[in-house]
Parts: sequence; C-alpha cells; structure tokens
Amino acid sequence: MDRRKFLALVAGAALAGWVPAATAQEPIKIGEMNSYKVFAAFLEPYKKGMDLAVDEINAAGGVLGRKIEIVSRDDNGQPGDAVRVAEELLTREKAAFLIGTFPSNVGLAVASFAKERKVLFIAAEPLTDKIVWDQGNRYTFRLRASTYMQTAMLVPEAAKLRKKRWAIVYPNYEYGQSATAAFKQLIKERQPDVEFVIEQATPLGRIDAGPVADAIAAAKPDAIFSSLFGPDLARFVREGTTRGIFKGVEVFNLLGGEPEYLDPLLDEAPVGWYVTGYPWQDIRTPEHAKFLAAYRAKFRDYPRLGSIVGYSTVLSAAAAIRKAGSLDSEKLVEAMKGLTHSTPFGEITYRRQDHQSTMGAYVGKVGLRDGKGVMVDWSYADGGRFLPSDADVAKMRPAE
Amino acid sequence: MTANVVIQFLNGLAGASSLFLVATGLSIIFGVSRIVNFAHGSLYMLGMYLAWSLIAFFGRGSPFGFWGGVLGAALAVGVAGALVEMLVLRRIYRAPEMFQLLATFALVLVVKDAALWLWGAEDLLGPRAPGLRGAVEILGRRVPEYDLLLIAVGPVVLGLLWLLMNRTRWGTLVRAATQDREMVAVLGVDQAKLFTSVFFLGAFLAGLGGALQLPREPANLAVDLSIVADAFVVVVVGGMGSIGGAFLAALLIAQAKAMCIAIGDVELFGTVFSFSKFTLVAEFAIMAAVLVVRPWGLLGRPPAAARGAGAVEPPLVPPGPLFWPAAMLAVLVLALVPLGGEGYALVLLIDIAIFALFAASLHFLMGPAGMVSFGHAAYFGLGSYAAGLAFLKLGWPVEAALLAAPAIGGAGALLFGWFCVRLSGVYLAMLTLAFAQIVWSVVFQWDAFTGGSNGLVGLWPQGWLKDRTTLYLAVLLVSALGIFALWRMVHAPFGYALRAARDSALRADAIGIDVRRFQWIGFALAGTFAGLAGGLFAFSKGSISPETLGVARSVDGLVMVLLGGVQTLTGPVLGATAFTLLQDEIARATTYWRAVLGLAILAIVLVFPMGIAGALRILVARAGAGR
Amino acid sequence: MTVLEVSGLSKAFGGVQAVRGLGFTLAAGELLAMIGPNGAGKSTCFNMLNGQLRPDAGSATLAGTSLIGLAPHAIWRLGVGRTFQITATFRSMSVRENVQMALLSFHGGLMRFWTPAAARHRDEAADLLARVGIAELADRACGILAYGDLKRVELAVALANRPRLLLMDEPTAGMAPGERAALMETIAGLAKRENIAVLFTEHDMDAVFAHADRLIVLNRGALIAAGSPAEVRADARVREVYLGAGGAH
Repeated sequence: MDRRKFLALVAGAALAGWVPAATAQEPIKIGEMNSYKVFAAFLEPYKKGMDLAVDEINAAGGVLGRKIEIVSRDDNGQPGDAVRVAEELLTREKAAFLIGTFPSNVGLAVASFAKERKVLFIAAEPLTDKIVWDQGNRYTFRLRASTYMQTAMLVPEAAKLRKKRWAIVYPNYEYGQSATAAFKQLIKERQPDVEFVIEQATPLGRIDAGPVADAIAAAKPDAIFSSLFGPDLARFVREGTTRGIFKGVEVFNLLGGEPEYLDPLLDEAPVGWYVTGYPWQDIRTPEHAKFLAAYRAKFRDYPRLGSIVGYSTVLSAAAAIRKAGSLDSEKLVEAMKGLTHSTPFGEITYRRQDHQSTMGAYVGKVGLRDGKGVMVDWSYADGGRFLPSDADVAKMRPAE
Repeated sequence: MTANVVIQFLNGLAGASSLFLVATGLSIIFGVSRIVNFAHGSLYMLGMYLAWSLIAFFGRGSPFGFWGGVLGAALAVGVAGALVEMLVLRRIYRAPEMFQLLATFALVLVVKDAALWLWGAEDLLGPRAPGLRGAVEILGRRVPEYDLLLIAVGPVVLGLLWLLMNRTRWGTLVRAATQDREMVAVLGVDQAKLFTSVFFLGAFLAGLGGALQLPREPANLAVDLSIVADAFVVVVVGGMGSIGGAFLAALLIAQAKAMCIAIGDVELFGTVFSFSKFTLVAEFAIMAAVLVVRPWGLLGRPPAAARGAGAVEPPLVPPGPLFWPAAMLAVLVLALVPLGGEGYALVLLIDIAIFALFAASLHFLMGPAGMVSFGHAAYFGLGSYAAGLAFLKLGWPVEAALLAAPAIGGAGALLFGWFCVRLSGVYLAMLTLAFAQIVWSVVFQWDAFTGGSNGLVGLWPQGWLKDRTTLYLAVLLVSALGIFALWRMVHAPFGYALRAARDSALRADAIGIDVRRFQWIGFALAGTFAGLAGGLFAFSKGSISPETLGVARSVDGLVMVLLGGVQTLTGPVLGATAFTLLQDEIARATTYWRAVLGLAILAIVLVFPMGIAGALRILVARAGAGR
Repeated sequence: MTVLEVSGLSKAFGGVQAVRGLGFTLAAGELLAMIGPNGAGKSTCFNMLNGQLRPDAGSATLAGTSLIGLAPHAIWRLGVGRTFQITATFRSMSVRENVQMALLSFHGGLMRFWTPAAARHRDEAADLLARVGIAELADRACGILAYGDLKRVELAVALANRPRLLLMDEPTAGMAPGERAALMETIAGLAKRENIAVLFTEHDMDAVFAHADRLIVLNRGALIAAGSPAEVRADARVREVYLGAGGAH
C-alpha cells in the first residue's frame, strides 16, 4: 500500500463515521453486544444459539410481520467500549433495543446506559445479583439464573451433608465474591455451626493452582465450595487431584457442569463433585429435544450452555416484541414484565418485581461416561424457587 | 506447619522454573536488540498450542510423543521468532525508540486471532507427562512428580545458558552486544545474523516454557497477556539482560506468591488481611520495591547510553502564523458537526476527543520529556474515579466533579512521579506500570469505596450537560483547551527544558537545570491532563470500572502515540483518531477484527516508521521541495 | 585574584586511588592546563569540580564558596561553565536554541509554561555565537552538526552564565589540527578579554604549550609538577612520565 492509498483509506474510514447508514425498512434490528474475544469459549456457542433462534423465528414469519435481525458488536470486555457500541447500535443501526453482555461490569454499565437512554436491555449472561437488585432499573431485565440463585440451588445439597469445616476458593472479582458471600450466608442459615476454615481469592485466569491446592489441604476441610471456571478450574482440578486433596472431601463447584468448562477436562473430570450446569446429552423434554436436533443439524456440533443462553435471549426478545405489538421502549418494557415464553429449559417468566427471569439450572454431580465428564443424578432447579422473598427483593431494589 | 512451608517452597520452585524460561528469553532479546517484545507472551501461548497439537500427533501416551512434541513446539516457536525478526523488526531498527513495541503489539493481536482460528475457542487441556503422572510423598504430603521435574529444569536451563554465553564465541558476542551494541558492529560482526539467532533463542525459550506448562495449564487464549506481564516483571526485577537476575527474580516472585497463598487470611488489629488477594499484585509490588531501591534490578547494570540509536528528532518548529488559526478552525468545524451529523458521529468524536487528550498527555511525557510510561492509564483512571466519586458520593455537580479529575490525576502522578523520575528508560516505564497495577488492584478490591470490579455506575451528567450535543461541545472544548495547553507548554521554556533534559541530562545539569525536578513536574503535569481526560471519560460513558486504569488502556495510549508519531506534536491527535476509527470500523466489519487491526498497524509501522504525522510531514516537505 | 582554590582533593574507586591529595589554585583570566597520561585522574578531578562526583576528602572553593556536595546545576549557578570531552548538546535543538536554553536558565526563565521559548534571548544568543565564531550556524540542528562546530556550541553554552570559571575537558579532542589552534585561540582570547579563569585538559601538547599560562601535571592521581610551560617542559619527572609512558611529546 502506498502512502496516498493509505491516506485515502484513513480519510474513507473517517468519512464513514459521518455518513449515516441507510435505514433498512424491512427487518427489526436488535442490537447485541458481547465480549466475543475475551470469553470466546462461552460466546462462540452463544452466537450459534442466537443464529439458530433468528432462523427459526424468521422461518416462522418473523414478528409483527417483519423479520428480525441481530446486529452484533464486540464490546472488548470493556464497559466503555460497550457503551460506545450500544450508542452505535441505537443511533446508526437504529436497533430497537439491546441484548447481550457477559461480564458483570459490562452488564451493569449497559444497564445504566439503558436507563439513561430509556431503552430496553435484556442482559443475557451477566450473573451479578446487582443488575436486578441493588442497581436494578426499569429498563433492564436479566435472563440467566444469577450467582445468588445458582448458589442457592447448591446449598440444600451442601447443607444435607452436615459438613462443618468448609474451604472456599473463588476468582477474585464480582462473580466469585458474591458467590462466596451468598454461599456463606445461605449455608449459615441452614447450618449455623459451619466453620469457614480457609478462603482463597485467586486472580481471574491466573490461579497458582498448586499452592492454592496445598493451602486448602493444609486447612483440613471437610468440604470445599468453589466458584472457579475455565482455565482456573482445569488447573485446580488437575493440581488438586495429583496432590490428592479431594480424597474424602466433598466439593461443590458453581458452573462446573457447564459443557464449556467440563468438557475440556476430558477424562479428568472430577467425579463426584456437586455442580450446576447443563447435561445436554440426557435432557429428554420435548422443548430441549427439538432444540438439540435443530442445533445439531445446523452446526454439526452439540450445544453448550452458551448456546442455550443465546437462543433463549433471542426468544425473549421476539416474545417481548410480539407481546408489545410495537417497538416503543415503554411498551416493550411493560411487555417484558411478567413475560412468559418457552425455552429449551422449559417455560420461563420475567418476574414483575425484579425483572429476573425464572430460568433455572441443572444441579447434579459430575460423572464419567466414555472418557468424558457428564452430569449424573441431576435435576432441574427452577430459578423461581431460589429467589429471596418479595419483601427482601423490594428492600434491595431502588424505586423506579 | 513446617511441612506446609516446605511444600509451598517446592511449589514456589516449580512455579519459578516456568517463569524463568519465558522471562530469560525476553531478557536475552532485550539485552541485544533493546526491543521491548510485547509478543513474547504470544510466543509462549504458541508454544502451548503447538505442543498440544504435536503431542496429539505423535501420540499422547508415549514418552517420545510427549517430549518430542514439547521439543518440536519449542523449535517451531524459535523459528517463528526468527522469522518475526527477519520479516518485521529488522526493517524498523532505525525508527524512533519504542516504535518496535508497536510492531510487537500488532503481532499480539494477529497471533491471538490466528490461534483462535486454528485451535478454536475452547480451552485445550494438555496431556500429563508420561511417567510423571503421579506424586511423591514428602513430609506426608503429595508433591507432583512433574513439579519435581520442573524444579530441575530451571537450574539446568540456567546452567546451559551460562555455558552458551560464557563458553562459545556466539555467547561472547551476545554478551558484548548486550553491553554495547555499537561496539559489536564496529568489530565487524554480522549484526543481522546475530539478532536473528538471538530472537530464535529467546523465542525457543518462550516456546519451551509454554510447552512445559501444558501439563499444568490448559492451552487458552488469555495466557499470552497474563504471562507477558509476569515475564516483564521478572526481567526487570532481575535486571534487563541478566540471565542470573531473571532466575533470581523468578524465584523471588514465585516464592512470594506461594507464601502469600500459604499464609491466607491473617487477623491483625481486628481487621482481616487476605494475603491470597494480594497475589493479584504481588509481583508488581515486589517490582516497585526493588526498583525504588535498585534502579536497575537485582543484578542489572546501568545500561550503556545508546549512541545514535534510532532517529534523531528534528528541532521543534515554532508554530507558524497560520497554525493557531488553523487549529481553531478545525475545532470550530468539529463544533459544527452536531448540525449535520447523526448521533453516533458525536459519540465517536467524544471518544476521539478524550483519547486525543489522553494520548497528548502521554506524548508530553514520552516525547518532549523522554519518559516512556507503560502505566499512564493510572492517572486517567484516577481522574475518572475522582470525578465519579465526587459526583456519586459527595453529590458534587458535574462541573465541580470534573475539576477533581485533574487534581487527583495530578496528585497521583506527583506521588508516583517522584519515584519514577529517579529511573530511566525501560526501568522507568516498568515502574510506572507497577504503580498503575498497584492502583488498579486497590480500586479493584476496595468494594465499599470504588465499587470493586463492577466499578461506579450511573455517572450521567444532569442539567445542561445532559443533552448529548452540549456534552459533545463541552468535551470538545475541554479537550481542545487541554491539548492547546500541552502544546503551549512544549513550546514554552519549561517544555524546552524537558527536551533538554531528555537530549542530554549531562548538559542540562551543566547549565543549571535540575533535571529530576523538571521531570517530576513534567510527570505530574502529564498525569494532570490524563486525569482531566479520565474525568471527561467518566461522564461521557456513564460508568467506569477498573479497566479504566488497566494495562490495556495504557497500551492503547502507547499505540496511539506511536502510531501518530512520537516526534511530532500533532502525532498523538492523529494517532488517537486513526486508532479509534480503525478499531470502530474493523470491529464492526469482521469477526477476526483483532487480526485485521494488528495487520493494519503492522502495515502502518512498516510503511511509516515515523508514524502518521511524521509521514505527513515528510510528504509536505517533499511537496514543498518539488515546487 | 584567585578564583578556584583546590586542596587535598581525593577520590578512590574500589581499591583504586584515582585522585590523591590534589591541590592547586587558579586566578581570573588565567589558562591552566591539566595534563597527564591516560588514567592520571584528570576526568575524575573534573567531575569532582563539576559536582558529578563527590570527593572522599579535600576542598574546592570558588571565590570562597565550597563546591563540595553541590549538584552540577547548583555549581553552574555559582558561575562555572563546562564543556565535555565527548560533546554534550541538545541534539533535537538548533544551535541557537542550545544557547537560548543556557540563557533562559541563567536569567531564571525556565519555569515558564506559556510564553514561547523561541523568542527569548535571541539577541544575546546571537551575540554569544558570534563570540565563539559560529554566528552563521544559529539555525542549524545540533543533531547534524560537524564535531568541531559542536565544540564551539558547547563553548557558547558554557559562556551563557557569564562564568568566572570554565572547566573544559579536552576542548579540541576529535578536531582537525587547523581547527584546534583556532579554537584554542578563541578560548584564550575570551579568557583574557573577559577575565575568565579556564581549567582545561588536553592531549594535544602543542595546544597546551602554546596557550596555557600555567600547567599542572598529574600521574596516577597525584600532582607531580606545576609551573609555567617552560618550567614543566624542563621538569625531569614529567619527562620520565611521558617518555616512560611512551608518549610522543
């Protein structure tokens, strides 16, 4: 490339910033942003799930007589970038509303943006409790079962074991911190005599698994509650197993049964651990069977949990438009309140009181089948049953 | 208790080995070529992925499959490193200092997407080493056999490197070049071959480190950036170019981390201190402490002044009679955009204006003051948090909160600058990074005050600034005034004094300039304007989180300055504009936007080694000469 | 009038005694050459007088003010100009700007953040450049200047604070023979006209014996001879040191 051409390129790029994109009249555009490159392992299947849902909805004639189109942007895992692409989606792409996001801080930033701009935002994956409670707002709804809910799903099993000495290990940021706080609070309610013998907060993605495993072993716990995931989890499992620290110790791991994090462990999946996750191989409900078949036919791959989240988020968006009968933000928000629709996990409802959906998670234990980790003895925990009382929610949530 | 300490000590030794391998390669490369190789972590990541594939290819179960795979991966990465040197870096050795860093940053982006494309997004768990799958009982605890192997690998590699450096002619050349690059050229050594071979060795060691880590950590796409930060810290703590120092530093850092984890929570004076949380910044805290006491690391020596390296900056041309009117006209034209543009143009222009101010403040530090900062985002972030907290917690109006931003950004820079100006070159840069990471970790962990990892939400300006057009005009005005002030300072005696101190501290001192004092004030001023940019950022985004002062933001700033051209005043503005637009356009157009962005930067680097503004200036000069 | 008074000056590096018990005086308008073979301690002595090194023992006073422990920039404020063996100039500035910097510093105008520097002290800078004979180079960039011209730039810079004392480390090193004589003449003329004391080291003995008023000779850190050029030339120990060292002169 010679210099003149390059300058032309830069000038062209600059101009493109000003020329308004032609507003397509036809499809309904839904703006979506996510940290595709930062959390690729979860978000690639997520994207596929969205694509499948869009195909199905449009094949069935779309909504309000128009097709839908998801316009996706990478937010780089940064709240600042997320707010910028959110602006771009609304102003240039003329997106009707926003969906998506993965990390808590990005989700919260976009939620705040949605409130400021008075536009609907369906948070797909951020697990932070704050997005619907402390910092909840009129325009923000959340699909995924939150950190609190998933922790609450594991606690009954944990309390049943009557273990006294608990070790806790968690990634040192919002998700791990609130999982730990929720666990300590919930288990103490059921079992006041528990003792937390050690807490290890590890830097996200950079766990020193050997030292952490040995430190936990030195504390001689009866049980471990972990909220590690991804490479951190894999390292912890391997180093802990080699060191024999899990012998005679019950382990509970939030999200540990999600295929994204369980499958990479191959035959070293930690058999007997209690986890939340997604046993896609064994769910026999008609909704899921239909989804599974369609997904496999389209992508020649099996779905991960991300696929479910992406797929269901788009279903929620379409259902909201259908119910509102309009793309007006206020009408969409009203439609989202109490919106009920079907997902591969069964029927879910976006609660009026806090905009949290009742989508649940599967709770079970890790087993091995054909040299791969799977979930066994699982059951579906409906999200609606693992939420604080309405009075407590009302106390946490700011008035509209 | 003793058993715990011994076991954790062994853990520390094992961790030190892999850290040492990757760090020593970086150290050797820097020692000879003076290149700060950001892509070193990418080479390590490549080592992991290649080893995974090769071991799968040779057979996972057999010793030959495993060790053959590890060695093959390391060799392949070595070749990749040599190719990078021959195809990219060799072309830009004569560019201004640090410009090579831009090329290696571009490589990081390209390699990351290439790995995503080749190996997919899912983490790839590596095989365990055949014959070393189990554990050995020591003091009643189980120590993995593989850890024992790693403990041995570090000293063995150290010994082999010592032999290589002290018993071969090649090693003598490398040591000579590390001390004085020009001398080696004078002695008639083929520099190109020497550099290529040094890159091969450095990359080989990175690849080996990655491959050997595979049984302990799945190959994943995030490992490149996390390891390169660690490697830099080790190199700097040990002393750049010192292999023994790297070993010592790796040992120190790995042991410190293992001990922090072993100590866990300690209750002191009624407060619980979590040492495990301290692992978030342990290495940076150690680096800051070491550099404050030993400015060239544990075993490093003061670097020989690089004579004639890089291009000499031409004298500063005083702004012509048309310059300020032209600049004012440009601002005026930008101020008219809201009349004709759509909403998003304003959003993009707000970003550009803020980053231009941020980049200009970093340029003030890097260019005229000659102090490269890897942690300039600290002051940007301090400014944004100061503004955000004044707005949210103190209930200040936006205008007042915005004044807190430069004040706190400047105060932070005044504090850290006092230490930083006592160092020079890469050591100074790394100390700025250490301070930035320390600030980051405090902000990240102080939930009650800063909102922790979630940050501060709901910073939307109310009143007359609520309207986006007004906000845009305000941001434009403040940024333009900030950049104007920075330019005035560069042209003022103070800016001249900074340049004087940069060009020759010896001479500056000999004509009565208190070099450190001027540099300190310059550092604080750069922080002040970065803080101002941060304050604007907080109110334009409505929320901030620790990323605001993270490494990525600092690196973005560096890229903008280098892209625009460090030797021109307009460079940072052009760089910020080009980078923001490129990122915005490319991220929208393609899935593999990182790779495309990386290639675009690489193209700019190779075509315009003086940066965009530098190229424009040459173009203008040629046009003038042709007339 | 005595400008510089040095006595008992000593400095050791590790076990090596670089300078031991050095003492001498220097009067206004006098050119004093410090000579001696390589490693005799000349540069160490210069660096101590300039504030870059702190002596282990001894005193150095400039018109009654002690220089010991002062930083180079503080010593400059007392009226000491300095040139270096390897020239140190501001490479990214023009010749005029180099001198302007010194003038700004001398007039206390460096801590200004707003007014353009380029307009300040232009006439005075031009005057200084004329005095060292490079008025026509004012707009050239120092980064591309010939070595001999850089030496003159340094001289002009060193003169900017109207010094009482000039410390010149090998002022003619690296110059062509013709240039050397011319520069030494310039320096000698300045010293006499403006009553500046000049302490210089030099390898070129022709320059030394042609221009110095007095010489001091160092060997292995110690003073071995002092006096007029004729006296030193006749000194047996000096001859031994130079001839013994295989010197050409």
